[in-house]
Amino acid sequence: MTTILEIRGLVTSFDGFRAVDGVDLTIEEGEIRFLIGPNGAGKTTLIDTITGLAKAAAGSVCFAGKEMLGLKEYEVVREGIGRTFQTPTVFEQLSVIENIDLAASFRRPFISLLRRRRGIDDAIARVLDEVGLAEFGPLPAGTLSHGQRQWLEIGMLLVQNPRLLLLDEPVAGMTKEERTRTGELLQGIALNHTVVVIEHDMDFVRRYASQVTVLHEGKVLCEGPIAEVQADPIVQEVYLGRAADRTAHQEAG
Amino acid sequence: MKVSMPGAGGGTRRVWYGRLGFALVALGLLVLVPATLSDFSLNLMTKYLCYAIIAVGIGLAWGQGGMLTLGQGVFFGLGGYAMGMYLKLQAAGPGKVPDFMSWSGVEKLPLLWRPFQYAWVALPAIVIVPMAVAAALGAMVFRRRVRGAYFAILTQALAAAFVILLIGEQGYTGGTNGLTNFTQAFGFDLADPANQRTLYFVTAAVLCGVFLLARQLMASRYGRLLVAVRDGEERVRFLGYNPTVIKVLAFSVSAGMAGLAGALFVPVVGIISPALLGVVPSIEMVIWVALGGRSSLVGPVLGAVAVNYAKTSLSNRFPSGWLYLEGLLFVVVVGFAPMGLAGLAGYGRNALDRLRRSPAPAPQDGTGVLEDRKVPV
Repeated sequence: MTTILEIRGLVTSFDGFRAVDGVDLTIEEGEIRFLIGPNGAGKTTLIDTITGLAKAAAGSVCFAGKEMLGLKEYEVVREGIGRTFQTPTVFEQLSVIENIDLAASFRRPFISLLRRRRGIDDAIARVLDEVGLAEFGPLPAGTLSHGQRQWLEIGMLLVQNPRLLLLDEPVAGMTKEERTRTGELLQGIALNHTVVVIEHDMDFVRRYASQVTVLHEGKVLCEGPIAEVQADPIVQEVYLGRAADRTAHQEAG
Repeated sequence: MKVSMPGAGGGTRRVWYGRLGFALVALGLLVLVPATLSDFSLNLMTKYLCYAIIAVGIGLAWGQGGMLTLGQGVFFGLGGYAMGMYLKLQAAGPGKVPDFMSWSGVEKLPLLWRPFQYAWVALPAIVIVPMAVAAALGAMVFRRRVRGAYFAILTQALAAAFVILLIGEQGYTGGTNGLTNFTQAFGFDLADPANQRTLYFVTAAVLCGVFLLARQLMASRYGRLLVAVRDGEERVRFLGYNPTVIKVLAFSVSAGMAGLAGALFVPVVGIISPALLGVVPSIEMVIWVALGGRSSLVGPVLGAVAVNYAKTSLSNRFPSGWLYLEGLLFVVVVGFAPMGLAGLAGYGRNALDRLRRSPAPAPQDGTGVLEDRKVPV
């Protein structure tokens, strides 16, 4: 396997607070990696820094042999890194098809954007099918439910065919069926993409994760297969342990 | 599948309604209006159509792109002065300075004025200069992610600065009086009603052209992208587009339209002066669009013509009342009909659609989508 993303000594700070504090992370091509950790562990900030939304104070982010730090957000996307957000943001006034079509057109020369869209490209129809929104194509994205919006976002990402997908809590706020559906979607995507998923929901992580990286207070705490990580006493203390404490409290009280 | 059919059918039908509507209005503008109006009214109508050209540009930049530009008067002025300078130099004759310059003691033609002796410089400059100024300003401002109220204030400051510059440099610009006393344009006598009639046709044709250009932009992928930038600029960045380029183009095109309007305005009304393009006129331009409805292109055209018609007829009778009324109208529209006059038509159409569809089961028109969370694979 070849390394696609190599992060070394990454530091991101906001007014002196080091949200990401010396992270080293290596992602292999074709891998699906889950990033977990308690609130404020720096998971989202890490993704923000990779994609150019937050400025790094130190370190390097090497993607496919190229430094990403210092690039603008849209340049990072053009290098082949796509991301979604915790709260799905789709263009509500545009139809579902138009949302995906705009995502698909990002490599077109600017001049050709001045022409109208004629019909629906095969690639767009395929992605609509894949994320299960085929019958909602002509409707404004604003009419979609929360879960459907998240799928639309994932669809917008897929149609761009990025080499690396960064998904920020894709199942947050979803119903049980939607989680299952999203998990299956993720497994399908992971077959031919490299995916990094931030996730909070431990049930979801247990079901769909193989390799897990635990972040804590801006640092990588440990890394490995989910079963191994769960058995790690330090991880239990900072993260899983706290949840156990809470359940213990609830049972006692 | 059921859901997609009515939407798709309605889409093509709407396109045809749109084309039919445009053909009817264009026919009315080019045949009916000139056949029925007196020379005096037609001249006023030409002026309103000039304003409508500005309004189409604002509809594009603000309505579609969300850029509230309170400095459109600047671009109108740049086009107007470019045309005015050319006409002044034509009237003065080769090697001479325009009349107002000799009154201010300027004997030699200033460097800035020299290129405007030639039609091949002055005419393209009408569009290119405003577009270039808007593009330069836009590139600086949008790259720094200045938007919303800050952008509005910045453009307003530009209008204020432009007026101060024009008034301060009296010897070069005609100061407060601006450029006036135009008698001829391209060898035609501007006092001749027949020539004014020709100007009407030119203006109406330019309006139609500008309208079609804006409509093509809106219907294209670029137009969708512009709406996307308006509603979620951050998200557009993460689709791999540079929003600055998208916004600069719309802002610059809208400036070009205002410049074109300014150039037509000069031979029609016979003057271009700072009072026509300062902060207050710039805000009025936005008010036309707000009243007419910024979400479509018909709205701005309607708003510009209707508001200026009302202004002319009402300020004859109640000279001081107009500004109050205009302010009141603005407040009412923003408060109660944010989509303007065109928006009211939209409400009507939706209500009709609902009446027509009411016998059909509800989920067919897509209202069931919110509830239907189970998505078949």
